[in-house]
Amino acid sequence: MTEKVTKTEERTKRANGAVETGIRIDMLSKDHLSTMTSMEKIRLILDKVREGNILILEAGLTPDEEMKLMELTMTEIAPGDFAGIEIESYPSRRRSNIISKLLGRVVIETRLTVIGPANQIKTINKDHDVISALVSVRS
Amino acid sequence: MGRMIKIIKRSFSSWIRKIFKKKAVRIGIYGPPNAGKTTLANRIVRDWSGDDVIGIVSEIPHETRRVIRKENVRINANGVAVTLDIVDTPGLATKIDFHDFMAFGMDEEEAKRRAKEGTEGVIEAIKWLDDIDGVLLIMDAAEDPFTQVNVIVVGNMEARELPLLIVANKIDLPDASPARIKSAFPQHPVVPISALDGINVDKLYESIADRFG
Repeated sequence: MTEKVTKTEERTKRANGAVETGIRIDMLSKDHLSTMTSMEKIRLILDKVREGNILILEAGLTPDEEMKLMELTMTEIAPGDFAGIEIESYPSRRRSNIISKLLGRVVIETRLTVIGPANQIKTINKDHDVISALVSVRS
Repeated sequence: MGRMIKIIKRSFSSWIRKIFKKKAVRIGIYGPPNAGKTTLANRIVRDWSGDDVIGIVSEIPHETRRVIRKENVRINANGVAVTLDIVDTPGLATKIDFHDFMAFGMDEEEAKRRAKEGTEGVIEAIKWLDDIDGVLLIMDAAEDPFTQVNVIVVGNMEARELPLLIVANKIDLPDASPARIKSAFPQHPVVPISALDGINVDKLYESIADRFG
């Protein structure tokens, strides 16, 4: 019993300690993202990235949302504090069916996206099928 | 025969524009920093308006930090005349680190100021997307074209259904590969040029007249 408590304390201590070597990766499902508005998604992304987290979105952002994210990121960049984000996604796909054609609308299907702090994540390579990124611990 | 029909179609289109006094086509020059946007804008203006340059060019990223606009640039190519408003925009980016400017010899205060102006320039460039009729997306042909900025601009143009012409710049460099750009964005026309040396710019003007005329 005593040993168990001690181990719990050690784990708590590690989690709350000043030296934190782990990197938190949050994977957000398509279902969860679909319940959010554009601004909710963008705010969530920026808040988590500014905390030093890496985000993987099962379904990414629309081109318009990506542009808004770029714009809002620029407003939050503060020299010495926040240098911006690294974001990598696949180009969205445009799909249409009979109903969307009748309505004159094209459905934009977004795809997997990786986002993180610019000073922690660096894209090594990206092509049509693979995104390779190097994630480093914040110094 | 096909070429003749194409020329007739263009002449008809030009005639219709004259009748209805269509305003100039406002073209935004977009792309990541250091792709050669201002070099191209300067070349277009020099070739067609008689002015010298509209913006300063340097190897330092985010040299252009305010949108520069040149109105009524009339291009004649392949029998088609098109009047353009050229909008040279600051390079788009998702990150700006002031340390990058210090690597070019700036002191910390100057680098931070440059970074701040750089962020404002990106916002201004994004805002201008609402007021343009088409985009010249400039890519450095010696670099990987599959960057997020390029993906975002292409995606936005497709979503807005605005005409887009991709310019594969810097083909004078030994590592340049316009084919890599064509492979990355096969759904859009790609024109390889060197804005610095003027290589293939005549082909670009023909493509501009064809795409935006």
